[in-house]
Amino acid sequence: MLLIDCPHCGPRDENEFRYGGQAGIAYPDAPGELSDGEWAGYVFMRDNPKGWFTERWFHAHGCRTWFAVERHTVTHEIRTPVQEIR
Amino acid sequence: MTHPDFLWRNPDPKQAYDVIIVGGGGHGLATAYYLARNHGITNVAVLEKGWLAGGNMARNTTIIRSNYLWDESAAIYEHSLKLWEGLGDELDYDLQFSQRGVLNLAHSLGDVREGRRRVNANRLNGVDAEWLDADEVKKFCPIVNVSERARYPVMGATLQRRGGIAKHDHVAWALARKADAYGIDLIQGCEVTGFEIANGRVLSVKTSRGRIAAGKVALASAGHTSVLAERAGIRLPLQSHPLQALVSELLEPVLDCVVMSNAVHVYVSQAHKGELVMGAGIDSYNSYGQRGAFHVIEAQMAAALELFPLFSRVRVLRTWAGVVDVSPDASPIIGTTPVDGLYVNAGWGTGGFKATPGSGWVYAHTIAHGEPHPLAEPFALDRFTTGALIDEHGAAAVAH
Repeated sequence: MLLIDCPHCGPRDENEFRYGGQAGIAYPDAPGELSDGEWAGYVFMRDNPKGWFTERWFHAHGCRTWFAVERHTVTHEIRTPVQEIR
Repeated sequence: MTHPDFLWRNPDPKQAYDVIIVGGGGHGLATAYYLARNHGITNVAVLEKGWLAGGNMARNTTIIRSNYLWDESAAIYEHSLKLWEGLGDELDYDLQFSQRGVLNLAHSLGDVREGRRRVNANRLNGVDAEWLDADEVKKFCPIVNVSERARYPVMGATLQRRGGIAKHDHVAWALARKADAYGIDLIQGCEVTGFEIANGRVLSVKTSRGRIAAGKVALASAGHTSVLAERAGIRLPLQSHPLQALVSELLEPVLDCVVMSNAVHVYVSQAHKGELVMGAGIDSYNSYGQRGAFHVIEAQMAAALELFPLFSRVRVLRTWAGVVDVSPDASPIIGTTPVDGLYVNAGWGTGGFKATPGSGWVYAHTIAHGEPHPLAEPFALDRFTTGALIDEHGAAAVAH
């Protein structure tokens, strides 16, 4: 089980959290102007790296904060992102 | 005592092949076999970074069924099931393919409605399916707890009698032996590290054992497909997750069918050797680590005990995880890619084993003809742009 450092509550067990996938996916500024391909990119395409990945977690059974961490997808090591990202 | 004969050669790679298949798991081996058998294409190499069938082919729970809701899925999985029914004879190998019946339990009125609907949809598609009420479930599988006092009482089940299990290693060995006999090179310990692409066409693969030229390159790399596709400059809508399974200690025969439950979320069968084989859902996060968390196993065991109270003193012998490539609609992605000569067969997620022969059949056709087999056509990559998804997430039975 992962130990995830919630920015509000501190380190807590993984099963208090819900996974949110890749971080930094912003809703399009002008969704009506996107091509089908661009819309598919926004809805379906996500990075899937073998290595460091910036991802969101939701402290569902705690303070209910959404936050981002960097996690290595092979070692599962977690570190705080250098830049704040949502 | 003499060592038994090897089932396949262990050749060094040639400088060039007509077709290179990246990934020596079940789907890669089946694709190689059907390229030779159905299309006469034998100048083929299967490149495997580890050892043959050592990835998800060695880690799945071997459940075979075709009772999918949507027409496109029913067609391809039923094609696969029909191939399973003749595969042992054809490959001249005992695959321990056992059509012992697959139950998908319903625990709520919603489950009951969905199950009945799926039975009807299956029948319209020529897939055998029956609806059982709770008493009939008890008759078919006496050790399932159908008490009304259960936390999630069993209210009925769908039954596919032609569904069952097979021995995964035997399937891989049988396919590998036949592919090898056709002259196909099965090359282990050979990792693809990149692709040479010129004018939008793939020319060769770079590997840990040097450059190998190829007329066509076909990915059959399951959980690592995204990593390879990225090296070819292609973005795929896949996420890799751990999927865990486990076996118990060996028991006397106690369970003679496959039981799956979506609501309490576990699937169970008893292998020929005697161990209970159980699986559940994926771990939530992306991972290539081939391991998952214990709380997922714990939830799965809680579900198993809910259904089978008599398993309460059974000991877990071994747990493990594979890396599964999950697509947004839980259906595979099969077909051509934006790179000429490069093909993809991925996204089988948590349920690829059952599709092994069917997947190999349609993928071999797709590679040989340069365009999708009719059964593969709906599973093209462009469905995520057109919106013609084949959404099997909740619609199929459990997590495949």
